[in-house]
Amino acid sequence: MQRFAALLDGLLLTPSRNGKLTQIALYLGETPDPDRGWALAALTGAVDFPAVKAGTVRGLMADRVDPVLWALSRDFVGDTAETASLLWPEPEPAPHGPAPTLGEIVTALGSTTRASAPALLASLLDRLDTAGRYALIKFATGALRIGISARLAKVAFAQAFSVPVDEVEEYWHGQSPPYLPLFQWATGAAPPPRTDLLPLFRPFMLAHPLEDEDISLTDYVAEWKWDGIRVQIVHVHGETRVYSRGGDEISDSFPEVASALPFPAVLDGELLVRGNQQGGEAGGAASFNALQQRLGRKTVSKALLAEAPAFVRLYDVLIDGTDDLREQPWTARRARLEALIPRLDRERFDLSETIDAADMAALAEIRAGARDAAIEGVMLKRRDSPYVAGRRTGLWYKWKREPLLVDCVLMYAQRGSGKRSSFYSDFTFGCWDGDPDAGAELLPVGKAYFGFTDEEFKWLDRHVRQNTVAKFGPVRETDKTLVFEVAFDSVHASKRHKSGLAMRFPRINRIRQDKPAHEADRLATLRAMVT
Amino acid sequence: MTGCFTWIKAEPSGIRVVPADTWIDPSRAVARALVTHGHADHARGGHGQTIATPATLAIMGVRYGVADGAVPAGYREPQALGEGVTATFLPAGHVLGSAQILLEYAGERVIVTGDYKRSPDPTCQPFAVTPCDLFITEATFGLPVFRHPPIAEEIARLLGAREANPERCVLVGAYALGKAQRVIAELRAAGWHGPIYLHGAMETMCRLYEAQGVPLGDLRPVAGVPKAELAGAIIICPPSALNDRWSRRLPDPLTAMASGWMRVRQRARQRGVELPLVISDHADWDELTTTIAEVNPAETWITHGREEALLRWCELHQRRARALALTGYEDEDD
Repeated sequence: MQRFAALLDGLLLTPSRNGKLTQIALYLGETPDPDRGWALAALTGAVDFPAVKAGTVRGLMADRVDPVLWALSRDFVGDTAETASLLWPEPEPAPHGPAPTLGEIVTALGSTTRASAPALLASLLDRLDTAGRYALIKFATGALRIGISARLAKVAFAQAFSVPVDEVEEYWHGQSPPYLPLFQWATGAAPPPRTDLLPLFRPFMLAHPLEDEDISLTDYVAEWKWDGIRVQIVHVHGETRVYSRGGDEISDSFPEVASALPFPAVLDGELLVRGNQQGGEAGGAASFNALQQRLGRKTVSKALLAEAPAFVRLYDVLIDGTDDLREQPWTARRARLEALIPRLDRERFDLSETIDAADMAALAEIRAGARDAAIEGVMLKRRDSPYVAGRRTGLWYKWKREPLLVDCVLMYAQRGSGKRSSFYSDFTFGCWDGDPDAGAELLPVGKAYFGFTDEEFKWLDRHVRQNTVAKFGPVRETDKTLVFEVAFDSVHASKRHKSGLAMRFPRINRIRQDKPAHEADRLATLRAMVT
Repeated sequence: MTGCFTWIKAEPSGIRVVPADTWIDPSRAVARALVTHGHADHARGGHGQTIATPATLAIMGVRYGVADGAVPAGYREPQALGEGVTATFLPAGHVLGSAQILLEYAGERVIVTGDYKRSPDPTCQPFAVTPCDLFITEATFGLPVFRHPPIAEEIARLLGAREANPERCVLVGAYALGKAQRVIAELRAAGWHGPIYLHGAMETMCRLYEAQGVPLGDLRPVAGVPKAELAGAIIICPPSALNDRWSRRLPDPLTAMASGWMRVRQRARQRGVELPLVISDHADWDELTTTIAEVNPAETWITHGREEALLRWCELHQRRARALALTGYEDEDD
């Protein structure tokens, strides 16, 4: 426990990512099982003891410290766990024996009840020093909040045992704390945990943005980049799971997709919603907006299933039956994928077609002409590329289409957060609902907070302060004289906004100090771009 | 007994000894001041007459230039202030020359502690527990969360961090008067006899300490030393320089800070400190409360710091106490 406490303090006080990695890796290398596994679980937020809550700690302290002194201390320190660790009365006589290990703590806390938790926690706190008490309370209440992402923990794991991080990603899923098979594999004591027995997530292959690479279509194949959410559908032993980009399972949100893959396979595709309400052709997809109402639901109503049915446009196949195809070139996988299509429900699955273009110039023309709401751009995949986790240079590129542009007028500004906390940096802008010279008004069409240099930020902050006409809490209304050129990916009809329009990915392209406000665009212009 | 200590007045700019028209650590210029120690928030220049220990006067001389009207008062030598008031300077254990001031008038004894600590410090004389009727105490670390560990443990962590990072230097932020010299002296006591490098702002005070008989060993200015030579070095700088552009010239400095505030993680984190060293020249909660119990005054007044918690402690222990609202004393970088 003392070692874990030292790790927590180190991570809290080390600003650099590399420094954090080194510390976690060092800890994992020198700490025995199962403690290191439990520490890893704590770092990635996978520890939960329902019987121990922050209230349990407050209750313990109320029995030991004067309430006024507790309140003054808590107020100064700003953290209940830390205040309690500092104020905990040292037991007399000093306890015998070593401090409890993480494994021992897990066993004890795992079998405790709400009624027995306070006495148990007190006896553990008695055996620890200040740093140990802090770590124990954080560990037991599951609230580390030290800014370590699951990805960082996996990279540190890979670093600790000199194993590829992609393999760590792959084997991690399906394991639960304290991850003994994972450590056995990493230390060379056992073969990798089997991943073929459960419907597990495999890390996605990702693309780099295309910049000025010289690409020839003899080496690369072009494919649409659909604007839905990237998913992986895994079927093993009669069970199917749907995973999103981060490896989160979303099967419950999309039961019609999860139930539509009847044979063992791992497929990669874009989850989309049928585009009927967007007036799309039969078999078309709707915009991202239509998909949005399906996201994040634990259960889906019949009405919603009927109104916004989901399907997957398939990009790739990783595993077909028992054949792991990931080492094979894209062309071979594509052939296997095409062969699979007839076996799949046409309502739920279709194939992402490749684009025929003679050369890059022709492709650029096709890309520029595509204004389908469900198309984000073009993908370029090396024909001989294996399916590898993450972004590997030279294999896959994404070539997003040029953004749409419109001139809007700054209407409201709000202070930002983080390093922009003192600046007016969140901007709401609008377009005219008719002829401004004939008394038309501005209606808000979007909000953006990025797209500026630091210099521009300062200038805008000053502009807002000097041109405020009204204040509503944190929001300032400006005199509506400044024009922004706003770039966005697409625009959709929306009932949520008074203008009836919602932009996707709006950002400020340029500040148009040269343009008078009445020359900014009208809603009709924007409405004509709706897809 | 005149009762209720009416001859001592706590005013916003300091404590006033009414019959002798003398102030203690006033925050504005007065005709006659008693100064407990050399920190800037207690020792200000411009008084008509300044009575303080010789070491405090030497410190003030370095900071403000030698002033007319400096009256040295050795420890335990009563000074007659007139109108029947005497003042006696007693060691406070805070920094070199620091003193509590015992005031006696009409049969009543009042002690003003200034800043003090009880833990051992090789650079100054230890706090002298002295009985009195009214005890006017500081409360900088007047919260039960503040417990300063033995300094040897913190110095060992500093040396351990240096050992573990041979490519880096350890940059210790420490207040230029008192803290810096104490850290250096404790490093020597722990067996570190190599050179210790100093930020320019540290040099004068270190020289003054040595002149006052506190040996500090091999000290060198850091300015002009090539970066490569500083790998594995210990460098002391004012806390304000820790994350300043100045520190960019150093080889990947591991930032440490010697301060009682480092007991609280978020304080360390806010300052970007990687190695918090809980080293303070002030009394911690246990020292504050033990000292009140040992001195056992009829009444306790609490000045600058976290008065409320110490007031609450006095209430819980059936001690008469009140909090004073004095201005001008800062949390400084202790």
